[in-house]
Amino acid sequence: MARYLLTRAWQSALTLLLSTIVVFVGVRALPGDPALALAGEDRSPEALEAIRRHYGLDQPLPVQFAQYVERMAQGDFGVSIRTGTPVSSMLTTALPVTVELSVLAILIAAALGVGAGVLAAVRRGRPAEWLANGLALIGLSVPHFWLGLLAILYLSVATGLFPASGFVPILEDPVDNLHHIVLPAVILGTGLAAIIMRQTRSAMLDSLSSDYVRTAKAKGLRPRAVITRHALRNSLIVVVTVVGLQLGGLISGAVVTEQIFGLPGFGKMTIDAVFQRDYPVIQAVVLLTAAAYIVINFFVDLLYSVIDPRIRVTGDPA
Amino acid sequence: MTVLTVPMAETSTASVTRRTRVLRRLRRNPLAVVSFVVLALAGLIALLSPWLAPYSVDQTDFANTFAPPGTAGHVLGTDDLGRDVLSRIMLGARASLQVGLLAVATSLVIGVPLGLAAGYFRAWDAVISRFTDLLLAFPFLIMAVGLAAIRGASLGNAAVAIGIAQIPGVIRVVRSDTLRLKSLDFVAAAVVDGASDLWVLARHILPNATSVILVQATVAIPAAILGEAVLSFLGLGIQPPAPSLGTMLATAQQFAARAPWAAVLPGVVIMGLALAFNVFGDALRDALDPKGDRR
Repeated sequence: MARYLLTRAWQSALTLLLSTIVVFVGVRALPGDPALALAGEDRSPEALEAIRRHYGLDQPLPVQFAQYVERMAQGDFGVSIRTGTPVSSMLTTALPVTVELSVLAILIAAALGVGAGVLAAVRRGRPAEWLANGLALIGLSVPHFWLGLLAILYLSVATGLFPASGFVPILEDPVDNLHHIVLPAVILGTGLAAIIMRQTRSAMLDSLSSDYVRTAKAKGLRPRAVITRHALRNSLIVVVTVVGLQLGGLISGAVVTEQIFGLPGFGKMTIDAVFQRDYPVIQAVVLLTAAAYIVINFFVDLLYSVIDPRIRVTGDPA
Repeated sequence: MTVLTVPMAETSTASVTRRTRVLRRLRRNPLAVVSFVVLALAGLIALLSPWLAPYSVDQTDFANTFAPPGTAGHVLGTDDLGRDVLSRIMLGARASLQVGLLAVATSLVIGVPLGLAAGYFRAWDAVISRFTDLLLAFPFLIMAVGLAAIRGASLGNAAVAIGIAQIPGVIRVVRSDTLRLKSLDFVAAAVVDGASDLWVLARHILPNATSVILVQATVAIPAAILGEAVLSFLGLGIQPPAPSLGTMLATAQQFAARAPWAAVLPGVVIMGLALAFNVFGDALRDALDPKGDRR
């Protein structure tokens, strides 16, 4: 276990370093003078000179990289060109929105996906399976931002059941917060639910035809007990695996969903930054996404090896 | 030595019977037939759309904006600039398919050789794994954001961003199939026979890995089509006035109060294309599955 943990930690650290280099090089590939991009409003020669010195742009590249890593590690992502506020403080207001949206979406997806997957496996060859399979295929094929668009047009605007856009922080008013975020979370969760459903179904079919289930049935365990016990253990693995593998898709999906529902999260911040050429913000967003992806996947792998001890032996999940 | 009596490959007659078996299974699956016909029609319409489209996609008519579907002369109505919606949907679908194919081609060109190398050469495996991890850390939308910041937003850059994001998936399936094939007798026989690594990879492993590559491509195309729609919707993909289903939806959102129906059709077309590919991909995987009719 300790060895597996060390290997994974080392791999994650290496990937983190590599992705930092990629972003560092990417920033240098941006059109124009990086000092100009960092300067914001004040673009006088003196101000640019001061920025070059402060950010070490007059130093050799390896020195610049070391300083870059140091600044990022301290949370100094520069100042937004658009608003003049530090990028770090923009992040502290935007990130909680995205995290709440994503966590809620994962919960909804797990509930829907596991439920439908187990149902499809148990009701093999019956209408319930066809329905669940069909819905999963549609869930994989539908553009989710379009579902969101339709939901706003035909659910929010037409019936007034849900607010069409906007956000209320959870600490301010938890009920109103949920009211604003539940529809976007459902929309974001549907794609993930479809993937979880398909994986759950195939894992259930495998285990239902396995020897240990036959043994369990033979010794007189009620079918319902067999299904729930094995379904629960398997679906936990499936959900953890799918969330780990689909994390990138989830992040991409969150960006779009926020944009449609006007949620003031990480995604909206990203898209606004692209159109305003707000390079410090773009850089922070890209780097943080990569870091978050690597760290979360590290923990997903750990969790995975706790749930399924076989992983530790082979070191090769999936 | 029994080397000479070991079959040298999944021989040509064997692969012919295998191909006919797969085709027979596909023909017997109504879902496979329907999705194939839909895809063939969509491909034909996309190819011929510059001639089939009733209007030029850029032809505006400011006296006739937001004509609802069913209007004389404009079966599917007109948009905010009075352009014909049917024509724009046809060329938008063509652009979707273009991005889908371009993205998948990008991911295959880079992913297949890397997957083969990772599976075949032990020493390369660790390096390629780190490369895969690195790519995975940048989700396609973030990759597109970065590319758009550096090189500007365009159809080509959107396709490249989506294609790069799909490389890890290609590497994974090709690597694991290479590992499986490498341990089979006919490969060992070829090696004992003195075949070079490149020869073994090109003549024995790659041809036998085609089916997993094919299945991977069939499921990657609809993902790329959805990706293009998202990027164009956000303004990071195909740029107006070029027609794209994603930008049509962005316009529809902008004018939702005046023409709510405009948000329906482009989405249906995107979903239809993606669904046809996904259904066909499922059928293809089942047909190629040597375990037979499990599903």
